[in-house]
Order: sequence, then C-alpha cells, then structure tokens
Amino acid sequence: MSAVIETKGGFRTWLNKRLPVDQFVADQLTGYYAPKNFNIWYFFGSLALLVFVMQLVTGIFVTMHFKPGELTAWDSVQKMVREVPYMGIIQPMHAVGASFFFIVVYLHMARAFLYGSYKAPRELLWVIGMLIYLALMAEAFMGYVLPNGNMSYWGAQVIINLFGTIPGIGPGLVEWIRGDYGIGDATLNRFFSLHVVALPFIIALLVGLHLVALRQVGSNNPDGIEIKEKLGRDGKPLDGIPFHPYYTLKDIVGVGLFLTIFAIVLFFIPTFFGYFMESPNFEPANPVSTPEHIAPVWYFTPYYAILRAVPDQRMGALLMALSVGAFLFLPWLDRAKNKSIRYRGLASKLLLGMFFITFLVLMWLGLKPAEGLYVMLARIFTVLYFAFYILLPFVSKADGNGPVPERVTYHAH
Amino acid sequence: MSDHAADVSVPEVDESRRKFLIAATAGTGAVGAVLTAVPFVASWNPSESARAAGLPTEIDLSRLEPGQMLTSFWRKQQIYVVRRTPEMLASLPNHDGELKDPESKESDQPAYAKNGQRAIRSDVLVLIGTCTHLGCLPKSRFTPNDATVMANWPGGFFCPCHGSKFDLAGRVFKGSPASLNLRIPPYSFPGENKLVIGVDPDAKGNA
Repeated sequence: MSAVIETKGGFRTWLNKRLPVDQFVADQLTGYYAPKNFNIWYFFGSLALLVFVMQLVTGIFVTMHFKPGELTAWDSVQKMVREVPYMGIIQPMHAVGASFFFIVVYLHMARAFLYGSYKAPRELLWVIGMLIYLALMAEAFMGYVLPNGNMSYWGAQVIINLFGTIPGIGPGLVEWIRGDYGIGDATLNRFFSLHVVALPFIIALLVGLHLVALRQVGSNNPDGIEIKEKLGRDGKPLDGIPFHPYYTLKDIVGVGLFLTIFAIVLFFIPTFFGYFMESPNFEPANPVSTPEHIAPVWYFTPYYAILRAVPDQRMGALLMALSVGAFLFLPWLDRAKNKSIRYRGLASKLLLGMFFITFLVLMWLGLKPAEGLYVMLARIFTVLYFAFYILLPFVSKADGNGPVPERVTYHAH
Repeated sequence: MSDHAADVSVPEVDESRRKFLIAATAGTGAVGAVLTAVPFVASWNPSESARAAGLPTEIDLSRLEPGQMLTSFWRKQQIYVVRRTPEMLASLPNHDGELKDPESKESDQPAYAKNGQRAIRSDVLVLIGTCTHLGCLPKSRFTPNDATVMANWPGGFFCPCHGSKFDLAGRVFKGSPASLNLRIPPYSFPGENKLVIGVDPDAKGNA
C-alpha cells in the first residue's frame, strides 16, 4: 500500500522538481483569493477566455480548408461549408464566435465601468485589457475581410482608406497596407498571415499579461473595496475565497449558460437577423458594385457612427480614433475616491447610465444609413459620448467620496 | 555582506568605460534592428506585377454620347468618363458658393485639369470614381433637381455609403463627409476619340 503511494508521490516529486506544477496551481488557483461577493458580471472574464480558445480551435480547422487570395478565398469558404463534413457547423461557429467574443468583452468592460475596476492599483490591468480589445478589433476586422465577400471588400476599402486621412503620409501608407493600388491578392494574403499567425500570438501574450497583472493586484469586486486590507489570522483576506474550487465551479455554471445560448444562435439563427453576418457578404467581392449601404458588423458600429457624424473626413477619422483611444485614459480621468458605482452619487450614476445608453444608440445608428435624422442623432450622441469623458473628472471628484462599508456586502445563499 | 568578501580583491570598476560600452552595444544593436526591419517593412509595398498591372489604359470614346458616362479600370480604381453636354457645363459656375473647394486648390488633380471645368477638354470629364471620403463608388445622378439627393441639385455624383455629393466636375458639396473633390488621374488624348489614362499630355500641350 505504502509502496503505491510512494510511487505516486515519487512521480509527483520527480515532476515538481523539474516543472513547478503544484506551485503553479497553488499560486494561480487554490492559493489565489478572490472576493466572495462576485456577482453575475464576473462571469465574463472566464467566458472571454473560453471564446478565445473556441476561436483558436475553430480557426485552426477553418484554416485547413481556407485558401487565401482574391480568386480562391470566396470559393474555398463556399466549398468547405457545403462539401466538407461538419465544416458547415465549424465555419459558422468561428464566424458567430467573433460576435460572441465582442458581446462577452463589452460586458466584461461594462463591469469595469460599473465597479471602477480600472482604478488604482488596477490601471495597467485595464490598459492591458484595452490593448487586447484593440488587437481583437484588428483580428476581427481582418477575419471579416478574408472570405472576400462583397461587404468584406467594401468594408476593407472604407477601413483601409481611413489611414489615407493621415496628413502627408496617408496615400502612400494606404498603398503600403494594401500592397497594391486596390484591395487584391497581396492584401488578402497579408491579412491572412496577420489573422492566423501574428495577432493570435499577440492576443495570447496580452491575455497572459492580463492574468499576471490580475494575480498581482487581485480582483476588484462589486463594492470596490480592497479585500487585502482586512486579513484574517492566517494572513488570508477575510472576504476572500480560493479561486479554485469556488470560482472555477461558479464559472462552469456560466460556461453552461453561455454555451446553451451560443448553441441556440449557432444552430437556429447563425446570421442573427443579419447582425452577425450581413447579407451583402453572401455574394462575392465586386469592385464595381458598392452595397446600398456599407455598415461594419455591429461591434464596430458605435465608432463608425462617430466617423460618419462628422462632416469632415480628417476630423471624422480623428474623432473615431479618439473614441476608441479614450478608454485607455479612463483610470486617470476618474478622480473619485471610491471605485464602485454603489458608493457614488446620483450624478455619477446618471453620467455612467448616459454613457451606456449613448454607446448602444451609436451602435444602432452605425447600422443605419447616413441620412436625414440618423445623421443628426449621430451628431448629438457623438457629443454625448465625448461629454462623458469630459465630465467624468469633475463629476467623479465631486460625488465619488461617500462612506464605503468596512467589509464586502455579502448574503449567504 | 560576509566577511570573506573583504578577502577577495575586487578590481575597481571603471564606470564610465562600462557606460560607454553599454551605450555603444545598445546603439549598434538598435541600428541593426532598424536596418533589419527595412526588408520586412518594404516587402509590403506593391509587387512588380502589381506595378506592371498599373500601366496606362486606353479608352475609346467614339460611342460615348453627350450626357453619358462610361467606366473603366486603371490601377484597380474605377475611372469615370463623362461626355458633358453644354447644359451641364453651363450649370457648373452657378453653385460655387455651395462647394467646399470650388477652385480645386486643396484637391488632387494634374495641373492641366486644375481649371473651372477640371478637364483638358471641357466636354470630357475624367475622374477616379473613388469617393475621397473612404473609397466607395459615387453613383451618377445626372438629372438636375433630383430632390432625393438635395434641394436645387444641379446634377452630379452621390456616394451611397456616407452621403457625399459631387457636382459634374467632381467638386464636393458642403455638408458632405468628403473634404476633397474627386481625384483626377493623369490622362491625355492621343486622338479625337481616344483617351489614355495614366499618361500625361506631351509637352506640346495638344495631347
């Protein structure tokens, strides 16, 4: 009996001397104390990781059948979906997965807005997260261009030409990005390389850094108070529980719910009424026929609405870049003492509510044609979007300093 | 430190020499890294075959009636050629006040097309059919007073993507997201009904 244990222990000892498996699990999972008052908003971090892995796996299989290039891309996608066993599920899984990735990431970001998770000491955690978001936008954009549908073509035309608005170097830069005088083979092949090799590596690296930074500063929580400040006799946070098994088990519930919703969309409404896959992209790229109205996929439309709202191309592109870049400065624009919205005044709550609504309205406007009332609304909501960032330093300073509880708010179930 | 440390004679460190060596090594490495990046960055430029495909394009104008437009390709861009009628030409100076750049000062065109009609021959308008906003194809809306485009529409081009409006010389109207007039490629007329895109008129100016 003891011999068996010894053998087992022997292997573990042998392994751990060479690879710190137990140490890693203790540091990252069983010994990582997370606040015990997490709510539903805290599902989306682990879900983002899940979708990332799903995209990697489905992407590997799509790459097995995909032939990048002006003349081959479209046909290879049609062929894999129609003729290769089960690729009719795996390819849409990749396409639908992109939209779900952004749903999860936007909810994950909204959580940070609600509970001030970007505030000190988590500024870098937030900045790394935003870099992931930027890399993800590039990844999603290129992935959308690859099948070379008509919306791929014209969407790429619009987005690449944004770089042409940079004074001086613009026109040369656009030619350099495309590798041709128009979108062609060179463009599609380099996008393939970036989409399949470079950006997934960069995203994986950033996700790793995001987790390392999180372990360093610890998770925030809905009360926005630091659990590390109230330690028990054992030196562990009084309001903390080990990530494993408590949160791994909780996250599995989130995974189950998420996969259920994902499966329903994938199997029954994969185009999601034209929002996840746009109808002009069901015909091949046609350089002589612009779709009636060009709209990017829903997750880019808030910024697209801002771009179109400005009656000057350079200013429009600049404001669009600013609208994305503004996220990076959030930790330093929010000057409240308290993190969580729970312990901020009415003005802060209204301001944040306005921002969420503005983001959603701009998202809707970016899907609509740029005419009449829509343009006027886009202009109003563009002003509101930036008003959030301009007002935040003052509002947060004024009413974000009320009393906070000593310990996290928690009701046992 | 332990007492043994004192027994070992440590040669004095020449800090300035060390600093110089670090800076020199790092500097050389940085220069090397930048030079190594050159081929990788330059590999993104258009290839020889892409450049070759950008050679001049010839267009036959003999069947283009007044008021009609034909389209062609040059360097993967659509080329619009319009045979303008006298009425179209007469309308051009009437709306200068509504244009962003009526004299094409900021816009991109060869010197020989930088005039009131933005053309070598006033009857033939040659444009790159790529919206100067973000590269969509503006559609021809030549019928004057088409209220679906705008009030007092003189005829011209309308971009369906973001709503930019251009007149019959490709000049952009105020209120459009585009800021510049439609671009004009280099072109010339080797014969009465022969148009070449991508070649400037010869020095004699008769093209």
